[in-house]
Amino acid sequence: MRLSRRTTAAAVTGAVVFALAATGCSSTSGGDADGKVTLTVATFNDFGYTDELFAAYEKENPNVTIKQNKAATSDDARANYFTKLGAGSGLADIEAVEIDWFAELMQYSDKLTDLSSSDVEGRWLDWKEAAATDSDGRLIAYGTDIGPEAICYRSDMFAAAGLPTDREEVATLLTGDWDNYFAVGKQFTAASDAAWFDGSGSMLQGILNQEEETLEAKDGKVIATTNPVVKDAYEQVLDASPELSAHLKTWTDDWNAGFANGAFATVLCPSWFLGNIEGLSPDVTGWDVANVFPGGGGNWGGSYLTVPAQGAHAKEAQKLAAWLTAPEQQLKSFVKTGNFPSQLDIQDSDELTSVTRPYFNDAPTGKIYADRAAAISVAPFKSAKYFPIMSSLQDAVNRVDVDKTQNADDSWKQFEADVKALG
Amino acid sequence: MTATALADERLVKRIAFGNRLSHWDFKLSPYLYVSPFFILFAITGLFPIVYTAYVSVFDWHIIGGQGDFVGMGNFEWVLGQEKFWISLRNSFSIFLLSAIPQVILALVIAAVLSQNLRAKTFWRMGVLVPYVVAPVAVALIFSNMFGDQYGLINNLLGAVGLDPVGWHSQVVPSHLAIATMVNFRWTGYNALIFLAAMQAIPRDYYEAAMLDGASKVRQFFSITIPSLRPTLIFVIITSTIGGLQIFDEPRMYDTTGAGGSNAQWLTITMFIYNQGFGQTGGGQFGHAAAAAWLLFLIIIVVGLINLAATRAIASAGTRSGK
Repeated sequence: MRLSRRTTAAAVTGAVVFALAATGCSSTSGGDADGKVTLTVATFNDFGYTDELFAAYEKENPNVTIKQNKAATSDDARANYFTKLGAGSGLADIEAVEIDWFAELMQYSDKLTDLSSSDVEGRWLDWKEAAATDSDGRLIAYGTDIGPEAICYRSDMFAAAGLPTDREEVATLLTGDWDNYFAVGKQFTAASDAAWFDGSGSMLQGILNQEEETLEAKDGKVIATTNPVVKDAYEQVLDASPELSAHLKTWTDDWNAGFANGAFATVLCPSWFLGNIEGLSPDVTGWDVANVFPGGGGNWGGSYLTVPAQGAHAKEAQKLAAWLTAPEQQLKSFVKTGNFPSQLDIQDSDELTSVTRPYFNDAPTGKIYADRAAAISVAPFKSAKYFPIMSSLQDAVNRVDVDKTQNADDSWKQFEADVKALG
Repeated sequence: MTATALADERLVKRIAFGNRLSHWDFKLSPYLYVSPFFILFAITGLFPIVYTAYVSVFDWHIIGGQGDFVGMGNFEWVLGQEKFWISLRNSFSIFLLSAIPQVILALVIAAVLSQNLRAKTFWRMGVLVPYVVAPVAVALIFSNMFGDQYGLINNLLGAVGLDPVGWHSQVVPSHLAIATMVNFRWTGYNALIFLAAMQAIPRDYYEAAMLDGASKVRQFFSITIPSLRPTLIFVIITSTIGGLQIFDEPRMYDTTGAGGSNAQWLTITMFIYNQGFGQTGGGQFGHAAAAAWLLFLIIIVVGLINLAATRAIASAGTRSGK
């Protein structure tokens, strides 16, 4: 009897302990008594932060150990970031942020550490730094890379269609506005079975990234459905769709396969995208980069590093973030990944401009993207609703260009309803 | 009083206490023995349900946290969303397209496996292999095969002179493709459950039927299927719940997880996820919680229909071998 009672008690205790363990949070790592700290750095895709890079920092700062967590996509990183920022714990000491959801995060800038310091003043391109400064003037993020855009083209397909293949001549040919780019495309498709560009969705992105106010006005009002700039761009890319588009939606399996299968001859090419092309079509030899972009310059993408205020080692984390975004480190990342630095000092440094890329017929990508970065004159205004509205707009274009289930007018009407539903 | 008397009295008291303890033991122990399940259920099942109900009546943001009390406002908002109804349609459509062929196919496979095959264990383990593969991996491979322009399936269709199918652009083909993934994964699992039930059917029935000259097909429909009724009901109910909560396969059917440009394959769980955590929903936990509760209610309703059907079948199935 006595034994059985003890067993009962043990069973109950066991259940309670198990229950507590199930609800309890995992303990957070912290600094030891001897001043040693472990810093975690959370990134996504490839920031080019290698183990050697971290080892170099650890050597300079013996009290620091660095761990890197990599999320597969920026979307995963966002879900993780927002959930844990709301929960108030669990984030890494340094968290990378993509420009697409940066504006959304900005609303909660008080949950992030103010990183402004005299050491980093004037380190970045003006527009890059301005976007990371909140309404109270706090600098809440250090810029890593930007995405200046050029045009990547298939020189073999250009040759077959009787267009020039030399990257200087191609640049001259494509210098001008978007109408010119589409007009050359018609010349190309008349002489080739392949399409001119991958899909209307990416064209729209390219065009809208050159405008200051697109989906939202600076006072925060949603103007996506009434702004003539948006409607014009929408009509322009869909007019070009039947003749010039390969009808592929960005980041789909079909789109990936399109690179290896020669579905299209040109693609808008932000600097970080070079690595993707190499990976998607390793056996294709014709890819090249032309130092030109329709309508001048344009930026697509780019990231930041933030230090969430919930972390225990804000000072150490800020120091590491400053080091990681210093010109020397960012240059290494550019060589490895093609992520073009947002740091002012090295925009025209020799180390940068001397970078070439063998896969792209030894194109001087350092020089080309330095020029493309200098050509960026507009920083698009993006606020909290930018991303959801842009997704709806992309859906609207894809319904016509990719799915071919609606015509441009019906799809636009549905877009208007979608934007209204977003509230 | 002497010391012995005192000790005796203490002993009596102790016995009385011991008796009381064993009385409690008798009354309480059964509950304590089953309590671990209920404690865990309360923490991982009941609490989230109740807390979701609490969140659903507030304006609640993923980062900003709890906001103003809005009453039924979130429910009204969700019910007013066209995408909610589309996602409901998609969930039911994918569920029907997967559950029905799956059960039929599983029955056939189980019937074949219960025959005297060579290398029995090999075949039985073989049908379970797809179940071992992670759903996300299945979805990645299948969504590639079902590519609109460069997919394997459309290439094969083209080779025999058929038009390519818009697996990622049309509503029904996209549901078929996703249902295929679900069937690939779950058919073997259900077949094994059916097989286990088939093994339990007394052999006498078949011997008697054979003496009466019933064919194999007749035996299958007149003996096997009626005897499987309880198992069938179990499989149908679990696949209903699983089917209405389908997430992994449609989420991985393209990279954005938005369910297609026109919400062709947006399911209700994806709708909930996108409202709460996705980029397009803007972290509106209130909306997500309201939609989750609506899904909960829908599953209860479907569950009740299942239960009614169960009762009807159970009372009709008097000859199911009991």
